[in-house]
Amino acid sequence: MLLTTAILVPLVGALVLALAPRVPERLVRALGVAIAAVPLAALVAAWSRFDTEGELFQLVTEVPWIPALGAAYRVGVDGIALAVATMSALLFVAALAHPTDLRGKAQKYVAWMLFLEGVCLGFFLTLDLLLFYVFFDLSLVGMYFLIGQWGHADRERAALKFLLFTLAGSLVLLLGVLSLALAMDPISFDMRALIATQPLAGAGTRAGLTLLALMFGLAVKTPLVPVHTWLPAAHVEAPAPVSAILAGVLLKMGTYGMIRVALSMLGDTLRTYALTLGVVAVASIVYGAFVALGQRHIKRRIAYTSITHMGYTVLGIAIAASLAPGQEEARRIALTGATLEMIAHGLITGSLFLLTGSLYLRSESFSMDDYGGVAKRAPRMTVAFVAAAFASLGLPGFAGFVAEIQIFSGAVAIEPGLAVAALLGVLITAALFLQLLHALFFGEPGERSSRVTDLGPAETATLGVLLILTVVLGVTPAFVIDVIDAASRVLVGAG
Amino acid sequence: MPIGHVAPQLALALGAALVLVLVLFVGRSRQWLGAAVALVALAAAGYATVRLALEVPSQLTFHGTWALDGVTAWATGVIVAATAFVVVLSPRWLARDARHGEWYAVLLFSALGATMLAGAADTLELVVGMLLVSVTGYTLASYHRASRMSAEAGAKYFLLGALTNPLLFLGVVFLYGLAATTTYGGMAAALTEHADPVVLTAATTLVLVGVGFELGAVPVHPWVPDVAQGSPGPAAAFLTVVPKIGALVALARFVQLLPEDEVGWRPLIAGVAALTMTLGNLAALWQEDVRRLLGWSSVSQAGYGLMAIVALGRTELAVPSLVLFLVAYAIANVAAFGVVVALRGRTRREDYRGLARSRPLHAAALVLALLSLIGIPPLVGFTAKLALFGAVIDAGYAWLAVLAVVNTVLSVFYYLRVIAPMIFEAPAGRVALLGPAPSAVAVLAGFLTVAAGLAADLVIQGSLGASLLP
Repeated sequence: MLLTTAILVPLVGALVLALAPRVPERLVRALGVAIAAVPLAALVAAWSRFDTEGELFQLVTEVPWIPALGAAYRVGVDGIALAVATMSALLFVAALAHPTDLRGKAQKYVAWMLFLEGVCLGFFLTLDLLLFYVFFDLSLVGMYFLIGQWGHADRERAALKFLLFTLAGSLVLLLGVLSLALAMDPISFDMRALIATQPLAGAGTRAGLTLLALMFGLAVKTPLVPVHTWLPAAHVEAPAPVSAILAGVLLKMGTYGMIRVALSMLGDTLRTYALTLGVVAVASIVYGAFVALGQRHIKRRIAYTSITHMGYTVLGIAIAASLAPGQEEARRIALTGATLEMIAHGLITGSLFLLTGSLYLRSESFSMDDYGGVAKRAPRMTVAFVAAAFASLGLPGFAGFVAEIQIFSGAVAIEPGLAVAALLGVLITAALFLQLLHALFFGEPGERSSRVTDLGPAETATLGVLLILTVVLGVTPAFVIDVIDAASRVLVGAG
Repeated sequence: MPIGHVAPQLALALGAALVLVLVLFVGRSRQWLGAAVALVALAAAGYATVRLALEVPSQLTFHGTWALDGVTAWATGVIVAATAFVVVLSPRWLARDARHGEWYAVLLFSALGATMLAGAADTLELVVGMLLVSVTGYTLASYHRASRMSAEAGAKYFLLGALTNPLLFLGVVFLYGLAATTTYGGMAAALTEHADPVVLTAATTLVLVGVGFELGAVPVHPWVPDVAQGSPGPAAAFLTVVPKIGALVALARFVQLLPEDEVGWRPLIAGVAALTMTLGNLAALWQEDVRRLLGWSSVSQAGYGLMAIVALGRTELAVPSLVLFLVAYAIANVAAFGVVVALRGRTRREDYRGLARSRPLHAAALVLALLSLIGIPPLVGFTAKLALFGAVIDAGYAWLAVLAVVNTVLSVFYYLRVIAPMIFEAPAGRVALLGPAPSAVAVLAGFLTVAAGLAADLVIQGSLGASLLP
């Protein structure tokens, strides 16, 4: 029931707000935060009931849906799903609470955000492969309407590009999903059965093509180079809280899908191509970092660092999938690191995008060249931005460091070459964030610096919560790692 | 051969006759009474269809010329329901037409012809159904005699029909020459035993072209966009939906007769499906006229529907995917054209700007219809595409599924060219409506895409074991 509550409450809230008569903006925003907080509370409660020594999937509920096709409403969590879903729920609360310009259409905006929260959580919590696809697809529709209505100047084109790219990915994913489900006898979309049966193990070409379809669909959403080109446009045009959700939650769907479907249900086949996946991941890491370094548009710069960070996650997944006899421990560490990287990236990049929103709200520019010396005018904003930037570049003491150190330890043990190449990405990321901090907060004041005022109480609260959690995860990550490890151990077959 | 086996068809024919008599005696201002009579006839036909489906076992009846089976029942049900929606759309649109009343008789006759196509288990029955649908279709398309566009639509439709109907007859003659019978039951046996593969392939191609005409399949599709754009609004809603349903089922029934070793009908239809969906989508891409765009989209949708036929006999998903497609396509297309009619036929793309603010319910219905045509869950179009993709993958035609995916992505582009301005832009001015009834059915149909999507299991369960005779 807890998980169903987490999915249904925001969806029902969205429907009610969409149909309700006009509510004043302040009230509707408060209402939105309150409704979005319900799933967070439900997931925290689920966390307390989760048994790290128990079965892989817990808190399972199953209700028939299309029995003839072997599809049902099935929800349940393992440690990975629980951790990613909880982070997503938190980020939705923060995004809704963070002030932004809604152009007098607050009610519709809150309704769409709640809809998006419901489908995103549904995606992470479902144990039915068809429902998994349904939620995947619906998240694209929600994001399309959010970017298209509340985005910046070139929003319609960005929204169209986003939907065309990601829907292409999702439809190819559907073919892979169908191929997997049809391989079951009788046809079934039950993830637990699919994981237990491994229906395409040893199926040669069909297994390879199925994996290709799945990985293509998921790679578009992650995104990996070279199918990332929708991402910068979408991030630049989306309003800041929506950018935070796009980076923090929607990108995770790609990598979470790789763990949930490709690694769990096609492990044998993925093993054959693990090195290829690792190489693509490293290419994304390095490419993302280099391109980010060249951007003067703040949001575009941060958007490209997302490609780098998601590359770390995929590298971790590739290491976890690789054929390395006797290296179960290294593979487990890499998978746990990959999951933790998703959470760290959600919190950190979410904060960074919310900060760019605060900046734009005051001075209406995303260009690095318009700022400088802001530290003197806005000390709280400076502290938050510096903390988020250092967390993002992987400074010890923040969550990102814990995640990346695990991914790299796994990689060094199994594919040292990839680890060395990926280090290049870490170096450049450090450089590009230091450069960004310098351009915004220190040095001579820029043209728009005088318009920047310090963070208000609401902004301080949302960013404070996200960044404090980043530090907590960086200092004492054990409580999360234990939960994730419970799933990683099973998935890499380390008992 | 109990006469009750064709009770739905009798109800439609009697209703049409009654309308014709009635409108002779009532004045110009009371011609809408024809709509009331038509609705009663359709309700009776629907009731009879349900009773037959529940109470009478599947069989070939009337000496093997009429297939009374699950698929006939589904197709008849969808045809009757879609026709009823079109009847409600009509009165205000045709209020000033001197021959308003007869419209409903023609609609009922056309629906009758479509159900005959769906149930035909005899080549002559097939020909009669095809003629009835065609002749009434030309009339509906060119009903506005004074309108050049309507006349042109009717003329194009008629010319293509005049070309393809004889091809169908020729195919039927060939088949008679090969099998010495016209009933499907007898033909199936005769064709497997001794049939010249060359003549049989020729006959198959001729029938495919003849039936493909009403289906709007390549290469006999060019009437569809013209009819969608130029014919009276309710006729566009009717002609892009009802004849297609009859033709698709007729084709599905026919291909089952063919010995697969002798005639490569599966690759043939797969090829036609591929061309139809691709051409329809490419042509729709840059249309500025919403009705023409919907016309091309309905061409591409026919291509998706043909995927079900490709999978027939190879997977148990084939028949459910066919039925789901019929249901999903009919609902979405009637909803889309219904909105156009309710908005007094406004058809320029830019006239739809800001519709979400000026007419939120109409905009919602149109968005739902278009999203369902794309196949976004949980709308009914998604379940249909899911079943179609699953069926062709299971039947060993994964390439067709891949092509359908490419086409779906392509189609997103032009559907969004309608959706985006409605939601993202400001209204261009006052939006006049045709009246409460057309608005009500258009919006109802739009929301049916959601309801039917959520209840897809009922359709799948109801059609999983449904037989497609012979």
